[in-house]
Amino acid sequence: MVSIILLTSFGILNLFLGFLKSNRILLPLALLFLIIVLGANLADWNQTESYFNNMLTVDNFAVAFTSVVVLTSLLILPFSTRYIRLNDDNLAEYFALILFSLVGAVMMVAYENMLMLFIGIEILSISMYVLAGSEKRSLRSNEAALKYFLMGSFTTGILLFGIALIYGATGTFYITEISAAANTGTTDMSPMLGLGLLLVLIGISFKVSAAPFHFWTPDVYEGTPAIFTGFMSTVVKVAGFAAFYKLLSVSFAGAYSFWFPTLVAMTVITLVIGNIAAAAQDSFKRMMAYSSISHAGYLMLALLALNSRSENAIFFYSLAYSVATVAAFGILKIVSDQREGDESYAAFNGLSRTNPLLAFAMTVSMLSLAGIPLTGGFFGKFFIFGSVLEKDLLWLVVVGILMSMVGIYYYFRVVIAMYMREPSGERLEVDAFTTFTLIFIAVLTIVLGIFPGLFSDIL
Amino acid sequence: MVTALLLFWPAAAALLVLFLKGNTAKKFAFGAAILEFLLALYAMVQFEPSVAPQFTLVKDWIPSVGITFSIGMDGISLLMVFLTTFLVPLIILASFPHSYKNPTAFYALILLMQTGLIGVFVSFDAFLFYFFWEVALIPIYFIAAVWGGERRIAITFKFFLYTIIGSLFMLVGFIYLYFQTPGNHTSDINAFYQLNLDASSQSWIFWFLFLAFAIKMPVFPFHTWQPDTYTESPAPATMLLSGIMLKMGIYGVIRWLLPVVPLGVSQWDVLVLVLSVIGIIYGSIIAIRQRDLKRLLAYSSIAHVGLIAAGIFTLNEQGLQGGMIQMLSHGINVTGLFFIIDIIYRRTHTRDIEGLGGITQSTPALSIYFMILLLGTVALPLTNGFVGEFLLLMGVYNYNAWLGAIAGLTIILGAVYMLRMFQRVMFGEQNPATANFKDLTRTEKAVLIPLVVMVFWIGLHPNTFLSISEPSINQLLNIINR
Repeated sequence: MVSIILLTSFGILNLFLGFLKSNRILLPLALLFLIIVLGANLADWNQTESYFNNMLTVDNFAVAFTSVVVLTSLLILPFSTRYIRLNDDNLAEYFALILFSLVGAVMMVAYENMLMLFIGIEILSISMYVLAGSEKRSLRSNEAALKYFLMGSFTTGILLFGIALIYGATGTFYITEISAAANTGTTDMSPMLGLGLLLVLIGISFKVSAAPFHFWTPDVYEGTPAIFTGFMSTVVKVAGFAAFYKLLSVSFAGAYSFWFPTLVAMTVITLVIGNIAAAAQDSFKRMMAYSSISHAGYLMLALLALNSRSENAIFFYSLAYSVATVAAFGILKIVSDQREGDESYAAFNGLSRTNPLLAFAMTVSMLSLAGIPLTGGFFGKFFIFGSVLEKDLLWLVVVGILMSMVGIYYYFRVVIAMYMREPSGERLEVDAFTTFTLIFIAVLTIVLGIFPGLFSDIL
Repeated sequence: MVTALLLFWPAAAALLVLFLKGNTAKKFAFGAAILEFLLALYAMVQFEPSVAPQFTLVKDWIPSVGITFSIGMDGISLLMVFLTTFLVPLIILASFPHSYKNPTAFYALILLMQTGLIGVFVSFDAFLFYFFWEVALIPIYFIAAVWGGERRIAITFKFFLYTIIGSLFMLVGFIYLYFQTPGNHTSDINAFYQLNLDASSQSWIFWFLFLAFAIKMPVFPFHTWQPDTYTESPAPATMLLSGIMLKMGIYGVIRWLLPVVPLGVSQWDVLVLVLSVIGIIYGSIIAIRQRDLKRLLAYSSIAHVGLIAAGIFTLNEQGLQGGMIQMLSHGINVTGLFFIIDIIYRRTHTRDIEGLGGITQSTPALSIYFMILLLGTVALPLTNGFVGEFLLLMGVYNYNAWLGAIAGLTIILGAVYMLRMFQRVMFGEQNPATANFKDLTRTEKAVLIPLVVMVFWIGLHPNTFLSISEPSINQLLNIINR
């Protein structure tokens, strides 16, 4: 709860900082804010407390996922140094929006009441609509924002309709109370509750870009400025999955056999569409968009397993995925800024020679996203596949693995471009602070890959 | 402790190399590899063959899911560790005449690869094994793809994809086995050995694991990545791949396939043996037709590995012991031969057999070393190849006389392609490319002499090595036949 209060106050404070002439102070302050939030959040560890008539509960689950989203934001902000250099007029607003959106994310991981989930999703989404359109003079950015906003609004309606139906069927918004009504197996579940659940499922699937509700993803990712895309594909997804898991494991665990067939079909098409389409892209950013769809698929595998291992598997995967994705988008920003906005694979040609550190950090994150050992991504997939296998869903793991192989293909295209092709321009400049962040990310990814035990069993 | 040192020293050295420049990096890497070899020698001296495994170290790794950091060595591991630590310094030394761009990264990757290889051979936990199995793959991919020939990108990527597909299936197999362990699940090797799975699930798991190992070895028909990769990789990578890395696959079969799913093996062993024997004949015949020296060796390697695979799947002591000793011999011979091809290529800029000839006339030293290694490969008695092939063929013959007879053709076919190659490359008239061929330098001799010494050592006194692995092999057979 402290984190919500702090984030809100800091967000407002940040808006006032926008009156300053210079942007220099903004980034250090924003980082300081986030560090304070992270610390305050961690202080809640092992101290379960409920707020607002039990509408929000800060437990270890909430603390863990809040830490992931705050840490992700902390890691992504240093890549905005270019905005500071160019003295972008709206920087304070961007940072404030990021802080506000985190409020939404925290609510999504701590909700006990469906209305809190709805409000959390909306707070997060509205901030994202604005950030998607933050490059006001870019047509693509405008298009992205409009597309995201329109589609997002529709699904918000669907989500809300679903919540209303669930309320109609059960007479409550509290997720623990819903479970009593839903805990009856397939046959006895009322059609209204079933329809409500399906509509909520659609609403959340849209937010985490799971197929077939993924259509906005590539276009919006492409138009959104790279660091906000990074934010979008990590924070939104992680908060979305935490909420998703909470909904299914608390309210609808008893209706497993009801939602399993729907979700399993969605998972398989998410994995297939995400990976196959990512392999066909020539733009790195679009590839990352489709691959982020595919990662939603892997996370859904853990939802399908829904056993004692799922929670930790989702947490570990989210952490590893977020860290690696932040690096990928951050480096994309650095590279494309200095390569005339080129966001294709070709922009990375010969990066190992024009800036070995960038190439190394990118390699580590690509290996992690592809799920190769020595990196966190490997154990992320490992824990997820483990939880699915414990449920005896061998065929699903085989699908997951076949799709991971496709993943290796497109992630390695970047590695190949960086190490095996001729450089496509002059040396790339990276400032000291970003360098430090990149080293931190690479080290964290490798630590996750070598000592997964540090994070794998905390929930 | 020795095991941990053996495992982590190369990784630490790889990190240190990153802080050094060009020539210093090279020398430091070589020194580090020598030190590693001395460590392995120390372990060999201390090793007591009848007790297994030794030098163990068990620590929690991912305690919540029962995955341990469990390392140690029995006779089988020790021989593989010996082979690795013996060959890596020679491979580094063999790279000295080349001037690779960005040598720091190059040598760091070789040392990192060594950690992966040692890790594979000393792991006694399934997931630790898998971890190192993949750790060995990443450096070799970069070595081959960054410093390789013209078509390197596509070809090394194919290699990478092939092996990773195999290993992902192995991972599923391991996770499945893990969940079959009783109580709080564990991936400890002994728990895997004690599993009593029914025949049909063993049959599935067999394929999940076998696929990974078969691709790595490679066994026919999973070999298609191999000739191209060997050809396009830089010389040290080819030596690493053929000398050590393919042994990972054979080792995997011995350690993780045969004892864990014996019923699965008994359902499929005939098929594997037939495939292996086809591989022997197929590899040999294609080798005869090759003009490119590297490709010739690559196909001959398929034939030799086929024989080793056939031998170990017979599940008798001769077959397994033959496999062990042949892994050592093949590693030594093939590394030496690839090095000699590299010498020829550096001097003449061609690997085409038709474009060479008459090299003996100006190179007495090279010719002798080449001949010795070649005779080792064609299994002349008193050389290392003989011991292994004899035991292997005996093993296959005991299993099935017909298969033994067909597999025996390898001796004849091997002699055909090897001697034909030697004749056309080394004898005959000199041509412009080979006219000014210089004999071996001191560095080159320093690489070849230890190899040749080993050819004779194993050939004349195989018991040095056979006695190390024998108790472990018998123990393994006990587990398989329980």
